[in-house]
Amino acid sequence: MEYQAKELFAKHGVPVTMGVVVENPEDAHDAAYRLGGRVVIKAQVQAGGRGKAGGVKLAESPEEAVAKAGEILGMDIKGHTVRRVLVAPTADIAEEYYFSYLVDRTNRRYLCIASTEGGVEIEVTAHENPDAVAQVTIDPLVGVDDAKAREIVEATGFPAEVADEAVGVIQKLWTVFTEEDASLVEVNPLVRLGDGHLDALDGKVTLDDNAGFRHTDHAAFEDRAAAAPLEAQATAKGLNYVKLDGEVGIIGNGAGLVMSTLDVVAYAGEQHGGVRPANFLDIGGGASAEVMADGLHIILSDPQVQSVFVNVFGGITACDAVANGIVNALQLLGDEANKPLVVRLDGNNVDEGRRILDEAHHPLVTLADTMDGGADRAAELAAAAAAAPERT
Amino acid sequence: MAIFLTGDSKVIVQGMTGSEGSKHTQRMLDSGTSVVGGVTPKKGGQTVDFEGASVPVFNSVAEAVEATGADVSVVFVPPRFTKAAVVESVDAGIPLIVVITEGVPVKDTAELFAYAQSKGTSRIIGPNCPGLISPGKSNAGIIPADITEAGRIGLVSKSGTLTYQMMYELRDIGFSSAVGIGGDPIIGTTHIDVLQAFEDDPDTEAIVMIGEIGGDAEERAAAYIQDNITKPVVGYVAGFTAPEGKTMGHAGAIVSGSSGTAQAKKEALEAAGVKVGRTPSETAQLMRELIQS
Repeated sequence: MEYQAKELFAKHGVPVTMGVVVENPEDAHDAAYRLGGRVVIKAQVQAGGRGKAGGVKLAESPEEAVAKAGEILGMDIKGHTVRRVLVAPTADIAEEYYFSYLVDRTNRRYLCIASTEGGVEIEVTAHENPDAVAQVTIDPLVGVDDAKAREIVEATGFPAEVADEAVGVIQKLWTVFTEEDASLVEVNPLVRLGDGHLDALDGKVTLDDNAGFRHTDHAAFEDRAAAAPLEAQATAKGLNYVKLDGEVGIIGNGAGLVMSTLDVVAYAGEQHGGVRPANFLDIGGGASAEVMADGLHIILSDPQVQSVFVNVFGGITACDAVANGIVNALQLLGDEANKPLVVRLDGNNVDEGRRILDEAHHPLVTLADTMDGGADRAAELAAAAAAAPERT
Repeated sequence: MAIFLTGDSKVIVQGMTGSEGSKHTQRMLDSGTSVVGGVTPKKGGQTVDFEGASVPVFNSVAEAVEATGADVSVVFVPPRFTKAAVVESVDAGIPLIVVITEGVPVKDTAELFAYAQSKGTSRIIGPNCPGLISPGKSNAGIIPADITEAGRIGLVSKSGTLTYQMMYELRDIGFSSAVGIGGDPIIGTTHIDVLQAFEDDPDTEAIVMIGEIGGDAEERAAAYIQDNITKPVVGYVAGFTAPEGKTMGHAGAIVSGSSGTAQAKKEALEAAGVKVGRTPSETAQLMRELIQS
């Protein structure tokens, strides 16, 4: 979120005007009063286009600040509920620029994208006026030193009066990018104020989750309240779960296979009333009873789910271990397990796995021979269950 | 033949004395891989007894290379030590470094890749990958060796379990090599590198390419296939149902705005003349028709 990005900017000496974050309208009064009365109220959500959505408003007085904060708090912006607003002093803006550092996946380096046309979406500028957007490659082993910063300033065409200051700001932003292990640092707009100085007026920082071990302080940036409740529950259990909008719960092993399973279920759903996958859930290599039970618990807590498709390829994990995991998980869950389960196992020790499930003879479990067949059966069961209440 | 990894490959394992390292060293040995040593700092001089083989442990990659002539390193060390481990292998001149470790910070990968490129003597596969296998010859990583035997198909994939699934579907035809390149935003070896290697490999008749959402590697591979690959290629792309802005398991598997979608990748591949299956089994079927016609 903007205020968090600005905190990181300030930490590394990037010029920013901080303002005050408040969570209820009344607190905006005090904040606005202290900032001189005339302020901007800005929604703090992890989404772009806040201005267009009505999440940024000008207030002329502390009283008006309370009113505007009240309008913005609780607002929904692209699926995110606004729980905080930033009360910021108004800025005397002379010019707006765009600046970012990001991971260049294609060239396996870093890239700086900058433009003297800021304040608008960079994709739009890149499309409408590509010459106005500078792209400068950065060697990970060298980084942004003084020479590279000057190259960026020149390529971007920063006006002469801010060029020297820009060289410094650009290097400080590089420190944010590299020392915080970010995969994106974006300042939009970077502005030249009336007094001639630069200011990072709005920004966004994406941090690399994999680097969490180097940054114990980054955990504070996670917005647990904003995550879907089931996703938060899954994260707490160490499961890789993404909630989707559908009726067929999915459990599988390996990110690629699970993504593929979602697709195959969606195709099968086209033949069965348009049912869709309800989630992404990768249980990884370990398919113990506890992991399976945790996974099923989360999926069955989703009231939309009408059937579950368990799709496991036993590579390193043996299918008999997965089968035992399913049988024991159903025992652990007891009455909570109340939706049909279609299970497809293949690979390592598959015959033993299927035998275990056959013998357990659980009334909810159907075995499928193939991935496509299992997806079809799970979609059919979900469609039948979804249709049933309407008939009664 | 086969690509990158042959029956003559001499493999060392960095992190062999750890739990994952020792488990998979045993599996590599079981599948006939010549594992000639392990590297764990401060544990040099020890020997680890596996079923069927005793493997010496060295303090450094340089020592291991000196003593064994190793030319492949498989890296199982934890994320915080991965960059140093890979740099050590690059410095020791190891030509093929396979990084299995999941969760390496992208900054570390960017730096270790740039470092390897500046030296120009090492190929890196991964990180966050299952490694590669040339069935019947050698196995560097965690791909199960008993899914399929040697054969005429080459496979390149971002995903581990989809690799296994595809090998299983086409096990009657068999594979020359299967390479899991990993699902991180920055990887050492791309689809394109592997496609070219299969093009040059006389034992590979046709190629299966598996991609997923995120980045534009598949689009670039499609353009490369059109210009440089004469062997038949079939493709599969996972993630048509992935919502925008959500990371789907792999760190690199994310649709950002309108870029990185499965649909765009499928269309790019088809425009390059690659047949793309809707499901893994349909993809296998396309390959079957191609190779039997």
